[in-house]
Amino acid sequence: MGADMSRTRSVYWQGVRAGAPFLLVVAPFGMLFGVVATEAGFSLIQTMAMTALVIAGAAQFASVQLLVDGAPVFVAILTGLAVNLRMVMYSASLTPHIGKAQTWHKVLMAYFMVDQSYGVSIEKYERSPEMPLADKVSFFFGVISAVAPFWYGFSLVGALLGSAIAPEYALDFAIPITFIAIIAPNLRSLPHLAASIVSVVVALALYWMPYNLWLMVAAVLAMITGAQVEKWLEARK
Amino acid sequence: MNDLDIWLTIIFLGIGTFLLRFSFIGLVGDRKLPEWMTRHLRYVPVAVMPGLIAPLIVWPQATGGELDPARLIAAATALLIGSIFRSVLGAIFGGMAALYLMLYLLG
Repeated sequence: MGADMSRTRSVYWQGVRAGAPFLLVVAPFGMLFGVVATEAGFSLIQTMAMTALVIAGAAQFASVQLLVDGAPVFVAILTGLAVNLRMVMYSASLTPHIGKAQTWHKVLMAYFMVDQSYGVSIEKYERSPEMPLADKVSFFFGVISAVAPFWYGFSLVGALLGSAIAPEYALDFAIPITFIAIIAPNLRSLPHLAASIVSVVVALALYWMPYNLWLMVAAVLAMITGAQVEKWLEARK
Repeated sequence: MNDLDIWLTIIFLGIGTFLLRFSFIGLVGDRKLPEWMTRHLRYVPVAVMPGLIAPLIVWPQATGGELDPARLIAAATALLIGSIFRSVLGAIFGGMAALYLMLYLLG
């Protein structure tokens, strides 16, 4: 039992270390949200409520922007949900790894399922599928403990500082850099590389589509590409 | 935009997002997914994330949707460092450093 506990604890810290680099981008992005929401007319409580309840930067930005533009509430909600539709795919891809976890663990993991915690954890699970379930859960919580407090904290800083932050810092680019950092290490296998190329090309070609549909189409086509290339490589062996 | 609109958006976006996240891990649970499905699901990260950011890199909002050499170079730097050295920290630092350097040089 003692050995088990200490192993679990060390896996948790591995997660913390794996998540830590994302501080560099989550902090500025959280701060940017605080600024944008405050400028849009959100009170401090509302800004923090959104940051804590939704924890999904891109969707929050999209909904706030729509409310500012005078869109009806249901449009703001549905657009935010459309931006987050990718979470269904994240959830599905985590299921083989953590589907057997206790319900309250899964509830917490669902709440904390963000691009960083998902991306870092799934990479680890795919690399070492034999990890015990308890370790997979601990690792995920480790990653998110390195990220979530800073997301909340810096949203608060942004809300308090408001427009004191100048646009010259190019904080808009924190998101693309994060995603590149998550994905780049995976691009050495042919199926992964092919899937990511299809994803980029289709997303750019269909960007005119409303409700983030372009992303869903790009993702599905890219998944099919990855799976087919994988099959083809296996058949060739 | 009134207070009620803001609260409704926060609450329903919060609940809806949670349900999206909980969907599969909650409902499928420990039942085994078919092999064809897991084969596709392996590619979720590389299928979603590159597509999500591609438009942000090519048509950044900050430049009004104009192609921006500084941002392109920053993205390429992060991609190269990340794929060659498999380093998350390196990709983030390198990408942001390249961005600020290029913004400074190209002004």
